[in-house]
Amino acid sequence: MTDTSQIVEEDLEHVEEHAGPARRGRLGEFWYYFSQNRGAVTGLVVFTIIVLVALFAPLIAPHSPSLQNRDAFLVPPFWQEGGNAAYILGTDAVGRDILSRLIFGARFSLFIGVFVVVLAMTTGIIIGLIAGYVRGWVDTAIMRVMDVILAFPSLLLALVLVAILGPGLLNAMIAIALVLQPHFVRLTRASVMSERNREYVISSRVAGAGVFRLMFITILPNCMAPLIVQGTLSFSNAILDAAALGFLGMGAQPPTPEWGTMLAEAREFILRAWWVVTFPGLAILVTVLAINLMGDGMRDALDPRLKKS
Amino acid sequence: MIRFLLRKFGLLIPTFIGVSIIAFAFIRLLPGDPITLLAGERGVSAERYEALQAAYGFDKPIIVQYVNYLGDILQGDFGTSIVTKRPVLEEFMQLFPATLELSICAIILATAIGIPAGILAAVRRGSFTDQSIMGVALVGYSMPIFWWGLLLIILFSGVLQWTPVSGRISLLYYFPQVTGFMLIDSLLSGQAGAFKSAVSHLILPTIVLATIPLAVIARQTRSAMLEVLSEDYVRTARSKGLGPFRVIGLHALRNALIPVVTTIGLQVGVLLAGAILTESIFSWPGIGKWMVDSVFKRDYSVVQGGLLLIAGMIMLVNLLVDLVYGLINPRIRR
Repeated sequence: MTDTSQIVEEDLEHVEEHAGPARRGRLGEFWYYFSQNRGAVTGLVVFTIIVLVALFAPLIAPHSPSLQNRDAFLVPPFWQEGGNAAYILGTDAVGRDILSRLIFGARFSLFIGVFVVVLAMTTGIIIGLIAGYVRGWVDTAIMRVMDVILAFPSLLLALVLVAILGPGLLNAMIAIALVLQPHFVRLTRASVMSERNREYVISSRVAGAGVFRLMFITILPNCMAPLIVQGTLSFSNAILDAAALGFLGMGAQPPTPEWGTMLAEAREFILRAWWVVTFPGLAILVTVLAINLMGDGMRDALDPRLKKS
Repeated sequence: MIRFLLRKFGLLIPTFIGVSIIAFAFIRLLPGDPITLLAGERGVSAERYEALQAAYGFDKPIIVQYVNYLGDILQGDFGTSIVTKRPVLEEFMQLFPATLELSICAIILATAIGIPAGILAAVRRGSFTDQSIMGVALVGYSMPIFWWGLLLIILFSGVLQWTPVSGRISLLYYFPQVTGFMLIDSLLSGQAGAFKSAVSHLILPTIVLATIPLAVIARQTRSAMLEVLSEDYVRTARSKGLGPFRVIGLHALRNALIPVVTTIGLQVGVLLAGAILTESIFSWPGIGKWMVDSVFKRDYSVVQGGLLLIAGMIMLVNLLVDLVYGLINPRIRR
C-alpha cells in the first residue's frame, strides 16, 4: 500500500471518529479482528474469570484468608497423601487455606494493576500531551527527565523509591506507576507530534478551538490505540513488579494475601512443602499471561499495519 | 559518523546529571536525618553531630554540596559503605564480575535459543511449530522469574538433587580471585572438580535470568524475519533458484538481525533488574543481591553509589548499542 492511500484511509477514520453510528462500526471491526485471535479470546475468558473471582471472593472462598487452623499446618493438596478435602490446595505454615488466600489475592493483584495503570496513564498522557503540543524547552526538559527515569532498571528504581517512601502496598504501587509512566509520555508525545499538523487539527484551530480542547478532545482520541496497548502491557508489568517487590519484602506486608508476599513467606518451606510455593506463583503467571494474550490481540486488532500480515 | 557519536554522547550528559541528582537527592529524601543515617551512629552528642555535619559537608549550601558530590564522583569516589566502611566503588568492582559472568551466560543462552526459535517460527509461519514457539515465548515473557527460580530449585535441587541451591562454587574449593569469573578462575586453579562445581552452580541462575530476554529475542526475531521475508529482494533471491538455507541464512537474516541486535542491547536493563531477583534467590554474590541487601541493612551510601554506577553502566551500554546500530545501519546516523 502506498503512503497516500494510507493517509486517505486514516483520514477517513478520523471522519468516522466524529460521526456517531460509524463509531460502533469501528468497535465492531476491533472486535472482529480481536475475536479472530484464539489466544486473545482465551486470555479474555481467563481474565474475566479472575475478575469475577476477585469480585465475589467472600462468596467463593471456602475459608477466611486469615484464619489460622492450629490442627492443619502445611497440609498438602487433597490429592496427595495426607491431604484434606477441606483444604483443596493445602494449607501454609500457620494453617491458612491456600486456595482462599489465592482467591482474595486476586483482588490485590487486579487492584494493583488498575491503580498503577490509571495513575501512570493519566499522568503520562498529560505530560506527553504537553511535551508534544508545546514543544520547545518544555519538551526538551520533560524528555530528559524521562530519560533519567528510564536509565535505571525499573525494579531497582522501584526498590529505592520504596526505601524512601517506606515498605507497603500503596508506596509500592506509587513507585511502580512512576517507573512505568515514561513509556506513556513517550508514546503520547510521539503520536501528538504526528497528529498536531494534520488538517483536522488545523481546521479545528482555525475554527477557534482553545488549547485544551485541541489537546484533549481533538488530538488525544486519535492517539489512543497505542496507548491502550501500552496500558495492557503495563497492567501485567505492574502485577509482576508488585509481586516482585512483595517477594523482596518491600511490597504488601504479611499477612496480606498478596501473591508475591505469599511467595516470600513460603520461601523457607520450598524443599518441604512444594504447594505453598507453587500455587501463588501459578496464579501470578496465569493472570499475567491472560493479560498479555489480550494485549497481543488488541495490538493486532488496533494496528492497521499488522492487519493484513 | 564522528558527529553522530558526539551527538549521542552529548545527549548522555544531561541524563547523567539527572541521574546524579537522583542519587544525590536519595539520601536527603530518606525519612530520618541524613547525617545520623550516614554515620550509622545513635544518640550522637551535639558536638559530634556538628563534626559529622562538617565532615559530610552538610553544613554548606545545597548547591555546593551537589557540586562537591559531582566532583567526588568524577574522581571515582562513590562514598563509603556504612556497614563495611569500605569504598563503594571497591565493593562494586569486587562483586561486579559475578553479575557480569551470570549476565553474559544468560544473554548467550537467550540469543543461542531465541534467534533460531524466532527464525523457525517465522519460516513456518502459522504452523503448529510457530504457534508452539510463540506460545512458549509468551509464557516466558509473562513469567514471574522469582517463582520460576524457586520451581527450578524444587525440581533440580530438591527432587533430582542435580544442582546446588545457592552460591557460586562449593565451599570445598578455595583459590585466589584472578579474573573474578568463576568459570575461568576455577580452570586456572587446576583443582579437580572445581570447574564442574562452578558450572553446576551457574546453570539454574542462568536459566532463570535468560528466560525473559529469551522470550523477547524470539518474538523480536520472528517479527523482524516476517517483515524481511516479504521484501522484494528475498523474492528475487528465491526466484533466482537459491536454496532456502541461503535465502534465509544469508539474505533475510542479515537484515532481520539489525533490530534484533538493538533488542539484545536493550536487554541489559532487563538483565540487571532480573539480576536483583535471580541473585537474591540463588544467593549469588553479585551487585543485584548487594543492592537488595544494602536496602535492608540501611546501608544507604551503598545504595546511593550503586544506583549511580548501575545507571551509568546502562547508559554506556545503550550508547554502545546506538553506535553498533549506527555502524550496521548508516541511514540512522543522520
